[in-house]
Amino acid sequence: MTVQDEMLAPASEQELSEVIAEAHARRTPIGIFGGGTRIEGRSPEWLTLSTARLSGVVTYEPGEMTLIVRPGTSVSEIEEMLARENQSLAFEPADLRGVLGGNGTPTIGGVVAANDSGPRRLRVGACRDHLLGVRFVDGQGRILKNGGRVMKNVTGLDLGKVMCGSFGTLGVLTEVVMKTLPAARATETLALPGLSVAQAVEVFSVALATPYDIAGAAWRDGTAYLRIEGLDRQVPYRSEKLRAMFRNREIDQIDAEGTRALWRSLRELDHFAGTAAPLWRLMVRPTDAGAITGRLAALGGAFSLDWGGGLIWYCGPGSGTQLRAALPSGHATLIRRGGAEGPAFTPPPPVVARLSDQLRRTFDPARILNPGLMDA
Amino acid sequence: MSTIAMPAPDQAILNRKEEVVAALRAALPAELVISDPAETHAYECDALTAYRCPPLAVVLPRTTAEVAAAMTVCHAHGIPVVPRGAGTSLAGGALPTADSVIISTLRLRGYLEIDTDNRFIRVQTGVTNLSVSGELDPHGFFYAPDPSSQLACTIAGNIAMNSGGAHCLKYGVTTNNLMGATVVLTTGEVIELGGTEMGPEGLDLLGLICGSEGQLGIVTEAVLRILPKPEGARPVLIGYDSAEVAGECVAKIIRSGVIPVAIEYMDDVVVRAVEDFVHAGYPTCTAVLIVEVEGSPDEIDHQIALIREIADTLNPVEFREARNGDEAMAIWKGRKSAFGAMGRINDYMCLDGTVPVSQLPYTLRRIGELSKEHGLEVGNVFHAGDGNMHPLILFNANTPGDLERAEAFGADILRLCVEVGGCLTGEHGVGVEKRDLMTVQYTDDDLSIQMAVKDVFDPDWLLNPAKVFPLQSSAAHRSAEAR
Ligand SMILES: Cc1cc2nc3c(=O)[nH]c(=O)nc-3n(C[C@H](O)[C@H](O)[C@H](O)COP(=O)(O)OP(=O)(O)OC[C@H]3O[C@@H](n4cnc5c(N)ncnc54)[C@H](O)[C@@H]3O)c2cc1C
Ligand SMILES: Cc1cc2nc3c(=O)[nH]c(=O)nc-3n(C[C@H](O)[C@H](O)[C@H](O)COP(=O)(O)OP(=O)(O)OC[C@H]3O[C@@H](n4cnc5c(N)ncnc54)[C@H](O)[C@@H]3O)c2cc1C
Repeated sequence: MTVQDEMLAPASEQELSEVIAEAHARRTPIGIFGGGTRIEGRSPEWLTLSTARLSGVVTYEPGEMTLIVRPGTSVSEIEEMLARENQSLAFEPADLRGVLGGNGTPTIGGVVAANDSGPRRLRVGACRDHLLGVRFVDGQGRILKNGGRVMKNVTGLDLGKVMCGSFGTLGVLTEVVMKTLPAARATETLALPGLSVAQAVEVFSVALATPYDIAGAAWRDGTAYLRIEGLDRQVPYRSEKLRAMFRNREIDQIDAEGTRALWRSLRELDHFAGTAAPLWRLMVRPTDAGAITGRLAALGGAFSLDWGGGLIWYCGPGSGTQLRAALPSGHATLIRRGGAEGPAFTPPPPVVARLSDQLRRTFDPARILNPGLMDA
Repeated sequence: MSTIAMPAPDQAILNRKEEVVAALRAALPAELVISDPAETHAYECDALTAYRCPPLAVVLPRTTAEVAAAMTVCHAHGIPVVPRGAGTSLAGGALPTADSVIISTLRLRGYLEIDTDNRFIRVQTGVTNLSVSGELDPHGFFYAPDPSSQLACTIAGNIAMNSGGAHCLKYGVTTNNLMGATVVLTTGEVIELGGTEMGPEGLDLLGLICGSEGQLGIVTEAVLRILPKPEGARPVLIGYDSAEVAGECVAKIIRSGVIPVAIEYMDDVVVRAVEDFVHAGYPTCTAVLIVEVEGSPDEIDHQIALIREIADTLNPVEFREARNGDEAMAIWKGRKSAFGAMGRINDYMCLDGTVPVSQLPYTLRRIGELSKEHGLEVGNVFHAGDGNMHPLILFNANTPGDLERAEAFGADILRLCVEVGGCLTGEHGVGVEKRDLMTVQYTDDDLSIQMAVKDVFDPDWLLNPAKVFPLQSSAAHRSAEAR
């Protein structure tokens, strides 16, 4: 799908507000598209709205670790700009085009709307932890703001948190303020081959109980990976300490360049590229991962781990009901349909569902924004 | 007289006091309900002591079920509820009204589960912040947010205020370390948000609850993220003759890629007060920075060398490195006694605005000018790495008119913070103190959506009344709703 075709692309917050106000008055559903790299379809009678022209950096202050940017800005453009100042979006948003398809470019608005976070989420927190403020247009066309551009702010209710991960169901983001962090000066990976999921999680739990700031703990095809980051002298020291801890296991060291390639591949799910089956993201209590993956194997699909076992990617057959029944803790989200039916998100318990539904009506009384998405 | 208005209590509720207390005693073990004025008196204020009012009654539940039972009774009788932790709020967040029932976390003191393999601790929220780290200590872990009030303040209060601390530059504030919560709604319904996994599903209601100042529900249990203790930590002290240069030093350190766990700033007023009080041996100069880094001894040396390189390019008056534990304590001693030292000079009012780091020097200069205009002295001690300022305005509570002058001065400083791109409060919360300044930072629409979110959780506005939202705004919002 080419995004700009037959799409409305407002060029300003004001214009966007007018479009939404009118859609609200006419009860016209709106599908919101950033880069359009997601999978859920849209119906022909919807208005489709692109954030492509709401783009550009408003300000970037490396000494304050803050970036103010419009939502249609591409993530790669942002990453290049930050890299020139040796900084990064530390939560490491992933480019999942390899598995999701689509030919758009991922945007920062899409990343915030999906609360996308990569492997480093384990140490530094998720996208939502790096979001300092938002401007958005709600389902009635009101232009609103919350939070701000400073690192500490508890003034009023924290609406940025609910906007982040609301997949455009509460409003259209028009500006986001992100916290940027210094990029690691040095990095290295320890690879421990020949481990089952349960063994890998044991390794992770031991490594993550050390003060060595493990910045990635993933498992794929029987190998556990530990990413070490820090200042130049920290990395060899931490590597040595960790290797000593696991000295009776086989360990390979992967250098900085190899590390960067490896973790890109892990976070972009290269191992599932070219597959077509449903793709699920499971967030679980790490020590449950062994038992859960046992059940997933019985369903017949393939899986990999991230976040020290707290995140399981599953690609394969099985219904949402079956998958969710396999979880003693946490939840399962469908990332790529691949023919699977039923709700993409784990249905919340009744009272939480009621509150969520009322919140949605508060932001979008006519329920025109991405209707159907995130429905219980 | 102080200047922040609280609404007149509902006389009908005051008249029904006995009935309400009886209903609470019927729903809960009677000894958990306090209604004798001699005892409720102890709950009349928090750390914003200029405002006082004893509540109708106080309930001291021991479990989530008991909190739910108390909430159900209050809901049925239409009684306002004020949640309360340790009462250390500096914003009047836990200030009761005469027609309200306080639900206190005093007896919610259980440690429910420590799981170092999955890196969390589950607690009842009445436990104190410091005791959580105490509990984790034998396991080699700690809980990162560390407000200076950590000896007394509770996890409940921390969650409600989204509290920070000196070390949040590296570890974040409460919301970044909160994984799950059990929340009792005004109806008495109990919900579980988040849990032991690393991300929420659906709308992030947990993120909304954190920092909501008791406006949306009562948090009775929490799952907190825990971290392995660092190998070691060491501070350095850097003195400069100008606020601008100190500010530049902070920005340069941040850009260098070293992330200190803390960068604290004290101005000359505070340094003098501290010297008179504890003789910390600080240099007498315009700005003193304390920068702390963590790691192994070798890693610490390396980071301090990098910081020294930066600091030296800006000609510091002094660069003092702690070589051992005693010297580290000496460096921190002054900072830790700063509030006490100022308190010896006079009463003080502690503000909490945040500004962009680049605006620190300008903001400090303007605060100096405002100090002259208002005729009140002010000292500045704050978390410089994230621009969270704590101007301490000195006044005399016994001098008629002084509190009002201090409040007017404080309001001017907070307006200044917003003007330069910052906010009214970085970690203490709005409470009653900054309630009426919310319109400086937010438009009517911005406030209206926040109040509409409150409607979802608390349609009758029974929770923590007359806080956070300007009385005029909330009155207008609620009468529009009623129409
Ligand atoms: C259920 C689900 C879970 C996902 N989880 C992950 C994950 O864990 N990690 C990961 O890397 N990727 C994840 N993705 C993919 C993710 O959507 C994309 O990687 C990312 O959002 C790319 O940005 P985009 O601009 O292409 O977004 P799009 O695909 O255009 O949009 C993504 C979502 O955000 C909304 N949106 C876009 N822009 C705005 C805006 N300005 N304001 C409001 N809403 C907006 C869209 O309506 C849509 O719901 C997930 C996708 C889905 C559907
Ligand atoms: C000397 C001093 C130093 C301080 N330093 C810092 C600091 O460094 N950083 C910082 O962030 N703060 C600081 N504070 C402010 C204060 O300590 C924090 O706001 C703290 O989190 C309040 O906790 P508490 O248990 O005392 O809560 P209380 O003061 O009792 O209540 C605070 C708020 O939480 C609400 N609340 C209480 N319990 C619940 C519950 N169970 N559910 C829902 N809402 C609830 C109350 O209604 C109120 O609005 C300091 C205060 C003092 C006096």
